Amino acid sequence: MTQRAFSRGVGLAFALLFSAPVAAGLVGVALPAFGHLPVLGYEGWSVEPFRRLAAMPGLAASVALSLAAGLATTLLSVLAVAAFVAGAFDTRAMRAGGRALGPLLAVPHAAAAFGLAFLIAPSGLIFRLLAVILGWDRPPDLLIVGDPLGLAMMAGLIVKEMPFLLLVALAALPQLDARRQLHLARSLGYGRLSAFMLGVWPSLYRQIRLPVLAVAAYASSVVDVALILGPSTPAPLAVRILEWMNDADLSLRLAASAGALLQLGVTLIVLLAWLGIERLGRVLSRAFVARGRRMAGEGALPALSLLPMMLAAATVLLSLVLLALWSFAGFWRFPDLLPPNFSLTAWERTLRAARGPLWTTAEAGLLAAAIALIVVVVLLEAHRRAYPVRPGDSALPTTVSAVVYLPLLVPQIAFLFGLRVAALSFGLSPSLGTLVAAHLLFVLPYVALSLSGPWAALDPRYERIGASLGRGRAALFFRLRLPLLLAPVLAAFAIGFSVSVGQYLPTVIIGAGRLPTVTTEAVALASGGDRRLVGAMALLQTVLPLIAFGLATALPVLLYRNRRAMRSS
Amino acid sequence: MTSSPGLMLSRIALRLNGRMLLAVDHAVAPGTVLTVMGPSGVGKSSLLAFLGGFLAPAFEAEGCVFLNGEDMTTVPAERRRMGLLFQDALLFPHLSVGENLLFGLAEDVSGRQARRRAALAMLERMGLSGLYHRDPATLSGGQQARVALARTLLSEPRALLLDEPFSRLDQERRADMRHLVFGLARERTIPAVLVTHDPEDAAAAGGPIIEIGTDA
Repeated sequence: MTQRAFSRGVGLAFALLFSAPVAAGLVGVALPAFGHLPVLGYEGWSVEPFRRLAAMPGLAASVALSLAAGLATTLLSVLAVAAFVAGAFDTRAMRAGGRALGPLLAVPHAAAAFGLAFLIAPSGLIFRLLAVILGWDRPPDLLIVGDPLGLAMMAGLIVKEMPFLLLVALAALPQLDARRQLHLARSLGYGRLSAFMLGVWPSLYRQIRLPVLAVAAYASSVVDVALILGPSTPAPLAVRILEWMNDADLSLRLAASAGALLQLGVTLIVLLAWLGIERLGRVLSRAFVARGRRMAGEGALPALSLLPMMLAAATVLLSLVLLALWSFAGFWRFPDLLPPNFSLTAWERTLRAARGPLWTTAEAGLLAAAIALIVVVVLLEAHRRAYPVRPGDSALPTTVSAVVYLPLLVPQIAFLFGLRVAALSFGLSPSLGTLVAAHLLFVLPYVALSLSGPWAALDPRYERIGASLGRGRAALFFRLRLPLLLAPVLAAFAIGFSVSVGQYLPTVIIGAGRLPTVTTEAVALASGGDRRLVGAMALLQTVLPLIAFGLATALPVLLYRNRRAMRSS
Repeated sequence: MTSSPGLMLSRIALRLNGRMLLAVDHAVAPGTVLTVMGPSGVGKSSLLAFLGGFLAPAFEAEGCVFLNGEDMTTVPAERRRMGLLFQDALLFPHLSVGENLLFGLAEDVSGRQARRRAALAMLERMGLSGLYHRDPATLSGGQQARVALARTLLSEPRALLLDEPFSRLDQERRADMRHLVFGLARERTIPAVLVTHDPEDAAAAGGPIIEIGTDA
C-alpha cells in the first residue's frame, strides 16, 4: 500500500510540475492576446490584438499552409510506414530498415532540411544531373525551395517523420502477436499486404497513435524546417508569429499573442481532422473485411510498398553526403557534379565560430537527457512496484501519461513565449538551467515513449528468482533490471540527447538569443546562402546525435559480445 | 502445530475480483513434496506466488504461510529463502554460467576464492564441469535446467517452490531432473511445493497430492 501511495505521490507531483510550464505559457500568451501586457503598458481587455491579427496580409494563406502541412505530412508519413511494415514484416528489409534507423533519426530536422535543399534546389544535385544529360549550362528558373504551396517544406518534414514513426512502429510490434495473426490471415487466403493491413495494422496503429498525433501537431506548427524550406510570401503561421514576436515594433507582441492562440486552434483543427481520417480508415477497413476480398494476387505490390520508405531513407542519407561535399567544396560551379577542388576554409570558420554553441549544445543535451532518463526510470519503477504490469499495459501511471505528452501536442510557438514571460516574472533570466528545463519539456516525453515499452516487457520472473535467491531491491535493480535493459536505456538516452540537440524554437525563445546552439546557428544561416558554411554547421549539428546513437548501439554489443540471448532481445 | 518444522499452508484462500480461485490447508513436512494438481488457469502459479511473496496486488489472499514455525506471510520475498524454479530456466542472460551461480550463492560464503570454489563444486556435482565461463544461451535445455537448480541450491533455500519445472524438458531429461530435484529435497530435508498438470510428476514426487479447480 505504501508503494501505491509513493507511486501516486510521485505521479501527481510530476504531473503538476510538468504541466505547470505549459499552463503558465498558455496563460502568458492568452493575456496579451486580449490586450493585457502591463510590462509594455497595455492594461485592460480588448479584442484589438485579434483585429490587428485578422488584418495581417496573407493571414488566410498562412493558416491554410499550416493546416495543409499538418495533415499532408501526417497522412503521407503514416501511409508510407504502414506500407513499409506490411511489405517488409518478417523479411530482411525489416532488419535493414531497423539498422538504418539510428543514423536517420540522428539527423536533426534542420540538417535534413538543408540537405534536401541542396538536393532539390534548381542548382542542386538533381538538376545538375539533368543539366549534364540535357546540356544546360545554367540552373532552371524555378522556385522549388520555398515554393508558395510549401511542397518542399512538407517533403522535408515527411522524410524526417517517416523514420520516427517507423521507429515507434518497430518498438510496438513485439508487443503484438503479429506473426501468428499474420499467418492466420494468410492461411485464410489473404495476400501478404491485405493480411497485414486488415489483421495486424489496426492493433499496431493503436499502439503508435500518440506519436502520430505528435507528428500532426509538430508539422502544423513547425518553424525551423519552414524557415529553411518553406515559403515566405506568406510563411506558415508559426513562422510569422515568431517574426511578429521579434519585431522591433513592440506593439506587434499583442497581435503575435493572438496569433499564438490562433495557432493553438489551427493545430486543434488538424488533430480533430486527423481523428476523422482515423475513423474513415476504420470504416474502410471494416468494409474490406465484410466483403471478404482476399486481394491475394499482389504481384510486385509488396516490393513496391517498400519504395516510399526507401526513398525517404535514401534522401536523408544523400542529403548528408551533399552537406559534407559542400562543406569541403572550393569553387563549385553549376552543373559540375562534384566540386573540382576542396578547401577547409568553411570548416575553419565554422569550428572557430561554433566552439561555444557546440559546448552549450552538448551540455544542454547531456543534462536534459540524463535528468529525463532518471525521472522516467523513477516513475516507471515506482509504478511497476505498486502495480505489476503485463506487456502491453500502460507502464506509466495515468496521471503521468495524461500530461507527459502534452508538450508534443500543444504547438511550441503557442506556449513558449508565454513561458518566457512567466519565467522572467519569476526572476529567471536565460541560463543553461532554464534552457535545460525548457528542453526537458520535449526530451522527457520521447524518453518516456521509448523506455516504457521495454520496461514493462522485461520478464518479471527474473526479479522473482533474484529475490528468492535472497537479493534485496537495490541488487535486483542494479544487477538485474538495469543490465538486462541496458540497450533500451542507452537508446532512450540517445533519443533524448538528439531531441535536445535538434530543438530550435525552445532554444531561441527561452535562451533569448543569449545561448546559441549549433541548431540555432545552423538555422540562422538559412537566409545567408553560403552553402559551404551551411554544410559545415549542419554536419556539426548531426555529429553529436550520431555519436550518441553510435555509442548506444555499440556499447551493449561490446559489453555483451559473449551473451547470445542479449543480442536478440 | 505452527511450531512444527516444514512448510505450513494455513487456511490459504486466494480470490481474484471476488471469485474464489483456490483454498488450501496443508502441512508439508521437511524432505517431502506436496503436489498441487489442476488444469491451467485455476491459479496454481498464484499459490506459489503467494508462498514466495510475489502475489500481484490484484489478488485477495487469506491465510498464513509458516516456515519452520516462523510466520512468513508478510516477510519480503528476499528474506523468505524459498527457492523458485520455473518451467523456463531463466538464467540471467547478461551473466555467464559462473556469474549466475555466484548471484545465487549465499552471502555467508565470503572471499573471492571461496565463492568461486563453491560454485565450481556445485557445477561438478551437477555434472556440468567446464561450463563456468560459458554463455548460458549456448547450453542445451537440460544443462540450463541444471544450472538453474544449482543456482537455487547455492542460495541455501529452506523450501522449494516448483512451478512446472519439468514441462519444457524432453522425456529423458525430465526423468533425470525429477530424480535430481526430489532427491535433493529429501537429502537436504527441505519441504517443497510442486504445481503441475502432469500425473507422472506427481507420481515421481511420491508425496501427498491435492487437486484444485477440478469442479470448476
